[in-house]
Amino acid sequence: MTPALRLTDLHSYYGKSHILQGVNLEVGQGEIVTLLGRNGAGKSTTLKTAVGLIMPRQGRVELAGRDVTGQPAHRIASAGLSLVPEDRGIFQLLSVEENLRIAERRGSPWAIGDIYRIFPRLEERRKNGGGQLSGGEQQMLSIARALLNGPKVLMLDEPVEGLAPIIVEEIVAQIRLIRDAGVPILLVEQNLAVCSQLADRHYILELGRIVLCASAQEFRGDPGAIDRYLGVKA
Amino acid sequence: MIYLFQVLNGIGLGMLYFLLAVGLSVVFGLLQFVNFAHGAFYLLGAYLTYDLTTRGFSFWLAMPMATLIVACIAAVIEALLLHRIYKLPHTFHILVTVGLALVIQEMVIIAWGPLGGSVPAPDGLQGVVIWGDFIYPQYRLFTIGLTAVLAGLLWWLLEGTRLGAIVRGGSESPSNMALLGYNTLRINTAVFGFGAGLAGLAGALAAPIRGVEPFMGIEALSVAFVVVVIGGMGSYTGALVAGLLVGVVQSVMTTLWPEGARLMIYIGMALVIALMPRGLLGRA
Repeated sequence: MTPALRLTDLHSYYGKSHILQGVNLEVGQGEIVTLLGRNGAGKSTTLKTAVGLIMPRQGRVELAGRDVTGQPAHRIASAGLSLVPEDRGIFQLLSVEENLRIAERRGSPWAIGDIYRIFPRLEERRKNGGGQLSGGEQQMLSIARALLNGPKVLMLDEPVEGLAPIIVEEIVAQIRLIRDAGVPILLVEQNLAVCSQLADRHYILELGRIVLCASAQEFRGDPGAIDRYLGVKA
Repeated sequence: MIYLFQVLNGIGLGMLYFLLAVGLSVVFGLLQFVNFAHGAFYLLGAYLTYDLTTRGFSFWLAMPMATLIVACIAAVIEALLLHRIYKLPHTFHILVTVGLALVIQEMVIIAWGPLGGSVPAPDGLQGVVIWGDFIYPQYRLFTIGLTAVLAGLLWWLLEGTRLGAIVRGGSESPSNMALLGYNTLRINTAVFGFGAGLAGLAGALAAPIRGVEPFMGIEALSVAFVVVVIGGMGSYTGALVAGLLVGVVQSVMTTLWPEGARLMIYIGMALVIALMPRGLLGRA
């Protein structure tokens, strides 16, 4: 089966720094895949390059078999690759409802009613300004917006970073609901507990290259790899 | 009584200033773009109205046509030229748009001559309104009414519709709009054309009041900047409040101290810059 998202030998740069040095990864239909790695390994850069916010110098980005390499971000987003950025990208001056309304799209299987069922907090706060939300609510709003866009693949950049444990649980449950609705997810996350609860497969990125690809089971059975690639000791 | 007239004149003038400034302000808010050619669009709106009415078109047709033509010309200029310089420092914006303003102004002189002309008040509004002692030109009352309706419509468009939310979202973060699948380049062009169209409309409405002459654009530009600075960059309500304030002050001052009418406006602007650098209603 064609993967929902396939990155092949992706290279990209910040100025002269060669950040991605040939990233290969796939997200299958209905899968949650995590991208792990230390700070500065290039995780966020991988997501930004895939969606076209950073132009790749080399390599291919295929969305459900369609080559979208080199297209501007708005095209790739319309084609169905949705990024929920690390800073959440909420429009502070727009109300929650406006934030959602501008993301609505004809042909998306998600309507605002479905969103409120998954994220009841957003309905309670729909008249509030985006800037008045808590961090967790902002994260929910950002994910909700991405869903309204009708994604073929959803990419989440550290969705639970800095959130209270009880909110983390809520968001983890919501991510699971979204996967169960059939949306494949590529997740970048530092919180290993969250990753192992959610993911079907893991990739580990080091210095701009994928150094390990493992199923959730293999990964759990290999604590050495976790230490080697993610531990802080040298 | 004389003050009542001056205040009414001031409100009429102020509403035109608002139309003029709101486009400049919204474009600045959306694009961080300093547009010194904004007055030239006002000039063009006035002259197109002048041209169309002298060709025998009714003012009621000439006004919307002039507005539309100005909006289209501005959108084309934005799409071909201006969008390339948004990312450059503001000095480049000023250089390019001042140049553009001069080109438009000279083209107006080539096309219609340096002397200017007058536009008669439109059919049906050439008389005066009389209520007892109160006598006032119909056309001036009409401009106040029309611009008030437009101000309400614009507010609704910006604050109450999805389209307005898209524009406001774009002014907050273009890259987040792109992540939602919006082509910000196209939004920019549309908003720029729309803002210029409003300036053109202000010119069209002003033409029967003050006539047309090739340097009216420069004057309009400086007033528009005063209004935007006083009201706050990017603020809709700010443009409305400051437009009215400037219009009324200028108009009342022409009775009290004619030579100082202009001066007062700039003193007001200087005070606002010194005391509230973001303007009366500007956002952080």
